[in-house]
Amino acid sequence: MPQITRRSLAAATAVLLGATALTACGSDSGGEAGAESGPVELTYWAWAPGMDKVAALWNAQHPEVKVTVQKQASGDDLVTKIITAAKAHKGPDLVQAEYQALPTLVSNDALADIAKEVQGVEKQFAPGVWQQTTLGGDAVYALPQDSGPLMFFYRQDLFEEYGLTVPTTWDEFAETARALKKKAPKKALTTFSANDSGLFAGLSQQAGAQWWTFEGDNWKVGIDDDATRKVTDFWGGLVAEGAIDNQPMYTPAWNKALNTGEQLAWVSAVWAPGTLGTAAPDTKGKWAMAPLPQWNKGENATGSWGGSSTAVTSDSKHKEAAARFATWLNTDPEALAALVKESGIYPAATAAQTSGALAKAPDYFANQPDFYTRAAEIAKTTAPAAWGPNVNVAYTAFKDEFGKAAKARTEAAFGAALTKLQDTTVADLEKQGFGVAK
Amino acid sequence: MTGHATPALRKAPPAAGTTPGTAQAPPAPGTAGPAPRRTALLPTAALILGALYCLLPVAWVVVAATKADDELFSTFTFLPGTGLADNLGELTAYRDGIYWKWMGNSVLYAGLGALLSTVVSAFAGYALAVYRFRGRELFFNVMLTGVLMPPVILAIPQYLLMAEADLTDSYLSVLLPLILSPYGVYLGRIYAEAAIPAELVEAGRVDGAGEWRIFTRIAVPMLGPGLVTIFLFQFVAIWNNFLLPFIMLGDDEKFPMTVGLFTLLKQGASQPALYTLVITGALLAVLPLIALFLVIQRFWSLDLLSGAVKS
Repeated sequence: MPQITRRSLAAATAVLLGATALTACGSDSGGEAGAESGPVELTYWAWAPGMDKVAALWNAQHPEVKVTVQKQASGDDLVTKIITAAKAHKGPDLVQAEYQALPTLVSNDALADIAKEVQGVEKQFAPGVWQQTTLGGDAVYALPQDSGPLMFFYRQDLFEEYGLTVPTTWDEFAETARALKKKAPKKALTTFSANDSGLFAGLSQQAGAQWWTFEGDNWKVGIDDDATRKVTDFWGGLVAEGAIDNQPMYTPAWNKALNTGEQLAWVSAVWAPGTLGTAAPDTKGKWAMAPLPQWNKGENATGSWGGSSTAVTSDSKHKEAAARFATWLNTDPEALAALVKESGIYPAATAAQTSGALAKAPDYFANQPDFYTRAAEIAKTTAPAAWGPNVNVAYTAFKDEFGKAAKARTEAAFGAALTKLQDTTVADLEKQGFGVAK
Repeated sequence: MTGHATPALRKAPPAAGTTPGTAQAPPAPGTAGPAPRRTALLPTAALILGALYCLLPVAWVVVAATKADDELFSTFTFLPGTGLADNLGELTAYRDGIYWKWMGNSVLYAGLGALLSTVVSAFAGYALAVYRFRGRELFFNVMLTGVLMPPVILAIPQYLLMAEADLTDSYLSVLLPLILSPYGVYLGRIYAEAAIPAELVEAGRVDGAGEWRIFTRIAVPMLGPGLVTIFLFQFVAIWNNFLLPFIMLGDDEKFPMTVGLFTLLKQGASQPALYTLVITGALLAVLPLIALFLVIQRFWSLDLLSGAVKS
């Protein structure tokens, strides 16, 4: 029946025409970087709130380079999305990337080396932070934006009530936990949570762990090394003897425990005031911050939890302009002040850590006026971190294995979990085709 | 099972003259009439449990949406809060009302996507049911494997294809992959086979109607309820779709609600998630679906076989 064919064809064409009209709408508002004339247009995938407002400042001062922020959701899913876009050569010009994601992105050829474009900015950052963006080589794959040095947060009022002293070493930390359990069996100093791998990574970093190192042509995985084993045994021991809780963080139950004083302390990062404000609104002004306990008296080191960088993608057609924007964003005083104000970040640039909005303590810690001065001191002591190309795999394995260990509440289970974490990470690297040194 | 067995045992003795055991036998006069309907306890309990299982999370969303930030985790779970108006206001104000833009995008993707896919399913289902042509079964079976394939695993290949056509990050990149729905075509064929007797199509041809006319004037009205079902299925599937738009779109102005709300939840390790806004947003996101079901429900009441010939 030729008649039908022709008619359905006409109908199909009609559908297609409608579709073409849609494409037209689509590309009108699209962020394609058309560069023949007019200003250079850059797209920037970022998740920090208010980043569009910071970019607007740049756009007002630099009419020749227009940056459009496209807000994304943070996390491993975004890393996957960036890699997928890079494979199709449809990526944006700039991306916000967590430090631990940089090796994954670099090994997938998603990021450009901007060492030449950003010469001389290195000295504005703490060495432990800067080193994460170079992966230990001569290349520079990103500029540090924010960092999250670890600190010890505790309920000042309750510490006084129970006659506890602020621990300066991990041994004292354990003693404090035991002393509290004796005085108030229903309360706990803190919890060991298996649902955020970043905290554990930061604690291991403080102990001197180097989880991934690159030797010759091979990756070396040092997750099951002495430093991490020490951290594992310490926390596993406390959970096993019941000195601290074993429930995960960031749950309604955890919020409640903080808000009602069931838990007295939290090992967290400089951004904790924001989280505490949501989790424990009733205890505002009752907390204080101290440096992270040390492994040996007199030492002075901390790890980091969270923090991100600004990277230029390998697909960008305007790498020089993109690098210029990234430099401005992360080193210009005005930009940093706006980042602190609009995005609520803790800047990685050392000069900005005590100026502008950070000259004054956060509202939640109004009782500790020198909050950010002390924080800046602590930030300087950040130990170097070493990330590899499959941090996401290790992080997922951590949640699974240590989640089981926290439930089992035995030291042996914690030890086994660390071994499993190492094995899973090595096996995945090998499966991905990386050389792995034994 | 006991619920079924017991009434049978209690059945009144058969009246004289009737064959024992026939169920249709009227109860003998003088007895108490049919055994009183007993509530089937076990099935009822199971259904109540099922209903609770489905409705409790909805109730949670409704209650949680009324709570202010500081009430969300600190007051009793099902105690209504005082912040609904504030939450709505904040959600609307968030980034100059981008939430409503996402809502509009979702309506566009789900509405237009479901409509186009219903049209394609109707064409394809009708053709597969009514015409005999070489390769029909092969084509149908290939489509069936598509039903078994979860759309999730297709998202990245589809992205790479769209990139070839230079269509990523456009409205079209989300709409195009949704137009052909294997499940919709499958349903279309099943409905068309059940609802359109070959005699009717023959009769139309004898009366001189063209194939297009037969399709539009005879087949489509008879397929009505089936097409409404396909439309609803597709609408809900697209409305809840996450991975495809997540991969395809970079520009947050083009996000549907699912992907948009995700950006509120994940703002980096150092930022608390905007739980109250996400919960309020999720509640508002359910309302259009409920409205759609209420409006479209009446089309379902039509008999699937209305207008069929007697056979």
